[in-house]
Amino acid sequence: MKYEPRPEVKDDGLDESIKKLTPEKIKETIRFALDKECGARLKVYMDTCVHCGLCATACHQCISHDMDPKYAPVAKVKDTLVEIFKKDCKVSPEFMKLAARIAYIECGGCRRCSMYCPFGIDIAYLLMVVRRICSMLGVVPMYLQDTTNSHSVTYNQMWVQQDEWIDTLQWQEEDAQKVVKTARIPLEKEGADIMYSVIAPEPKILAQLLANAAVIFAVAGLDWTMPATDGWDNSNMAMYSGDFESSGRLERLHHETAMRLKVKKIVMGECGHAFRGAVYDGPRHIGQAYPAVPVIHAIEFYHDLITSGKIKIVKKFKKPVTVQDPCNTVRGRGLGGKLRDLMNWLCEDFRDMNPRFEHNYCCGAGGGVINCGPPWTRNRVVANRTKGDQINATGAEVVVTPCHNCHSGIEDIIKEYAPGTHVKFISELLVDEGCMEIPEHLRPGGD
Amino acid sequence: MPDYKDWNWEPDKKIIADVADIGNKYSEVHEFVVSGDGEKIAVPVKTGDGEFTACVNGELWDARFERLWYPRFGPDARLAALVMSDDEWTVGVDGSVWDEKFEYVWNTQFSADGGRIGVQTKKNFQYSVCIDGKPWENTYLSIREFQMSRDGATVAVLAQLEELSEADVFTFLDGTWGVVVDDKPWDDKYMNTWGVTLSDDGRHVGLQVRVDNMKYGIVADGKLWPEIFAHVWEPGFRPGTGSLLAPVKTAGGFALYEDGSPIWDSRFMQIWKLVFSPDANRVCAVVCPEFGRTTVAVDDRAWDITFADVVRDQVFSPDSARVAAITKDNNRWSICVDGKPWPVDFDMVWKPAFSHDGSSVVAKGEQDGKYFVAVDGRVWNQPFEMLWEPIMSPDGAKVLLRYVEGGKYCRRVMPLNEIK
Repeated sequence: MKYEPRPEVKDDGLDESIKKLTPEKIKETIRFALDKECGARLKVYMDTCVHCGLCATACHQCISHDMDPKYAPVAKVKDTLVEIFKKDCKVSPEFMKLAARIAYIECGGCRRCSMYCPFGIDIAYLLMVVRRICSMLGVVPMYLQDTTNSHSVTYNQMWVQQDEWIDTLQWQEEDAQKVVKTARIPLEKEGADIMYSVIAPEPKILAQLLANAAVIFAVAGLDWTMPATDGWDNSNMAMYSGDFESSGRLERLHHETAMRLKVKKIVMGECGHAFRGAVYDGPRHIGQAYPAVPVIHAIEFYHDLITSGKIKIVKKFKKPVTVQDPCNTVRGRGLGGKLRDLMNWLCEDFRDMNPRFEHNYCCGAGGGVINCGPPWTRNRVVANRTKGDQINATGAEVVVTPCHNCHSGIEDIIKEYAPGTHVKFISELLVDEGCMEIPEHLRPGGD
Repeated sequence: MPDYKDWNWEPDKKIIADVADIGNKYSEVHEFVVSGDGEKIAVPVKTGDGEFTACVNGELWDARFERLWYPRFGPDARLAALVMSDDEWTVGVDGSVWDEKFEYVWNTQFSADGGRIGVQTKKNFQYSVCIDGKPWENTYLSIREFQMSRDGATVAVLAQLEELSEADVFTFLDGTWGVVVDDKPWDDKYMNTWGVTLSDDGRHVGLQVRVDNMKYGIVADGKLWPEIFAHVWEPGFRPGTGSLLAPVKTAGGFALYEDGSPIWDSRFMQIWKLVFSPDANRVCAVVCPEFGRTTVAVDDRAWDITFADVVRDQVFSPDSARVAAITKDNNRWSICVDGKPWPVDFDMVWKPAFSHDGSSVVAKGEQDGKYFVAVDGRVWNQPFEMLWEPIMSPDGAKVLLRYVEGGKYCRRVMPLNEIK
C-alpha cells in the first residue's frame, strides 16, 4: 500500500525557529540533554526496544492513517532518537523540524502504546525527551510555545490578567446564586478544607463551569476556597512543550498557593493533563516525589459526593451517552471504574466505548497537541478518525468528556465524523441538566 | 511596624464581639479577619439586596457598596477593604473611601507601620498602582508582583513594557517585561521577570530574570550578575545591607549565592525560601538533600532529619540562635525546631513563633475541625471554634490569643506557663 507523505503545514514556531540553528548548537544541546538530563532510563529503553512494531496497533494516529508505518510509535522513535544516536547528535536544522513535528504533533504522550509493548517501554517518555531537546533549541509549534510563554508570565495558560480572574469569579458567584441562593465562591479563605483549582479556559471561555462548581459546593455544604492570586491555574503546557523549568515553577506555585491558604487538599476541575502535572509529573520537576498537597480529580470528587450522600441524584439524563476516558486520569490513575459509576448514576442510556478504560484511545488533543493551534487542527482531526469510528459505533448523541483537552478535541472530531453529537462535562449533567437535587430551601425564593 | 510593646499585655480576657449574633443578623456573612493587637474583628456582611459593608466589632461602616471584599487590617489596625459602587472600584479605609475610582483594584499591600496602603489598579484596560488614593501617573500593559518597601517609600512592580501580539513568540524572546520602581521603568527588558524584592530601606531592588530560552539570572539594581544559571529562585536582601542572596542552579546542583558568588559549599537538589536571622548574620533555606526529601539548611548545614512532603515557613528566634519550621510527612503537619521534630502532629499547622528569649515555640494547630495552641510540642487541651495565630509578648512570658469560643470573639493575654 502506498502512503501519502506528510501534508505541508506552515508553523513559524518550527519553520522560522530552525533558521537560527547551527549544527554545532544542535549537537551541543542534544549532548547536554542526553548526558546531563537523561540517565539509565533512556539507555535501557533504547537498548531494549527490538523494533517489533507491536506498538503500531496501539496508536490512534497509526490506525487512523491506515497503518501507515511512519505513524507507528516505534517509527517515531526510530526517526528521531535512533537517528540522533546513530549520527552522534550531528543532525541538521531540517531534521529538528521533522523531529519536532513527530514529537509534538504525531505523538500526544498518551502512553497507550506502552501497554502493547512486550517490554513495557514508555515510548511516550522517549518522545518527551525529543520534545525537551526541541524546547531547549526553541523549536516548538508556535501556539504551544505561546501557551508556555503565557504560563511563564502569568502562571496561567491563556494570558488571563489577575483582575480578570477575580472579576470572573465574582460574576460567576452571582450567576450561581440564581440557582442556589447560598452559593458563594469564597476567595482567599485561609483554613478552608479545599482549594478548588481549574484551568484557564474556564475563566476565559467556559466561565459557567465556575458557577456550576459553586452550585455543587454549596449543595454539598463544603468548606472551600479559590485563590485571588496567581496559582489558581492547575494546567501545565510547559510540561508538554519540554520547558521543565517553567513546568516546575507552575507546579510549585499551584501547591504553594494551596499551602498559603492552609487547605487540606486540592480538588481540581475536569481536566486530565492538569492532574498529570499536579500529581505525578510536575512535582518531579522540582525534586519532589509526591505533590505537596493531596490532589483529588473531579471524577473522584463527584463520586465521593454521591456515595457519601452529600449530593443526591434525582434525575437521569435521557439521551444516549458515551464517555471518553481521559488518558491521564484513567490510564494514568485508574479512575475508569469511578467514571463508569458516575455515567450509570447520571445517565439512563449509557453506552460504553470499545475499547474502553485504560485501553480506550486518546482524544488526540491531549499532551499539548491541541495547544499547537489552528495550523494543526486538520492534521489532528485526520489523525483520529479512530475516535470518530468509536463514537459512531456507540450510537450516542452525547460524549461526556471529564477533561478540557478531550472536550475540545472531541468537539473537532464529531464535527467531522459524528455530526449531531455533542460533548458535555460531568458538571453540566449535574447542574445544567438537573441530575443533581437542589433542595427547595436552597433555591432562590425557597425557605 | 507599630511597637507591639504598646499593646495591652496585662493578663486578661476580653469579649470583643458576638460573632454568632453577627451571623444571625445578616443574610450573608463572609470570612472574619482580626487585627494584630486582637482588639478588632471585621467581616463583610450583606445588608440588603446587592448591598454590602464591613462589620467591625459588630458595628457597620456607614457606607454601603455593591461589593466589599478582601478586608485586611494593617499593622496599625486600620481596616482596608476593596469596595465597588456604581461599577467602580476603590479602597475603603476605616469606612472612608478613596476619591480615585478604577475599573478594578486588588492585592492590597501595607507598609510595615501600616501608614501607607497600596493596591494594583486597572483603568481603560491599562494597569498601574495607587498608593493612599494617589495613582501613579503612568499606566502599563500589565503589571504583577506589586511590592512595597518596609517604610512604604518605594514601590516596585513587574510590568509588561512592550506590546505583544497574539502568539508572537519571537518578540517575546526579545524581552517584553521589566521592572518599574516608583513609576519609572528600567531600561532593560527580559523574557521573564519574577520575584521582585526590595531592601528594607527601599534603596535596592532585586529579581529573577530569564535572559534566553534556557538561561536565567539574578538582577540587582538593574545589573545582571555576571554568571548565568540553569535556573534561579526568589532572591532576598540581607537585612540592613544591599547584599542580594539567591538560590541558583549550577552544574553541581542548586547553590546559594550572595552578590554573584557562592557562599555555601553544599549543593542541593533544591534550595528556596531564604529567611534571614534578625541580626542579619545568618540565613536559612528549605533544601532537598536528595530527590523526594526536604529539610532546612542553616548557614550551609542541613538538618539531619528530612521530610517527604513539605518544609516551609522557617523562622529564626529573636536572638538569631534557633530555627523552627513547619513540616509535613505522610500528610501530617507538625513543627520541627533545630532539627528536632515535635512529638505531636495535626491536620494543619500554622507558622511557629519563638518567645523573646528563644526558649519556647508556640504554634496554632488544627485537628478534627477544632483549633488548638501548642507550646514546645505540648498541645493545650482547650479547643477553639476559630483561632488566629498566637503572638508572644515582648517579654516572652505571655501569649496573646485571639479566638472564638461559644460564638464570642475574645482577646486573651495569658501567661505562657499556663498553657499546658
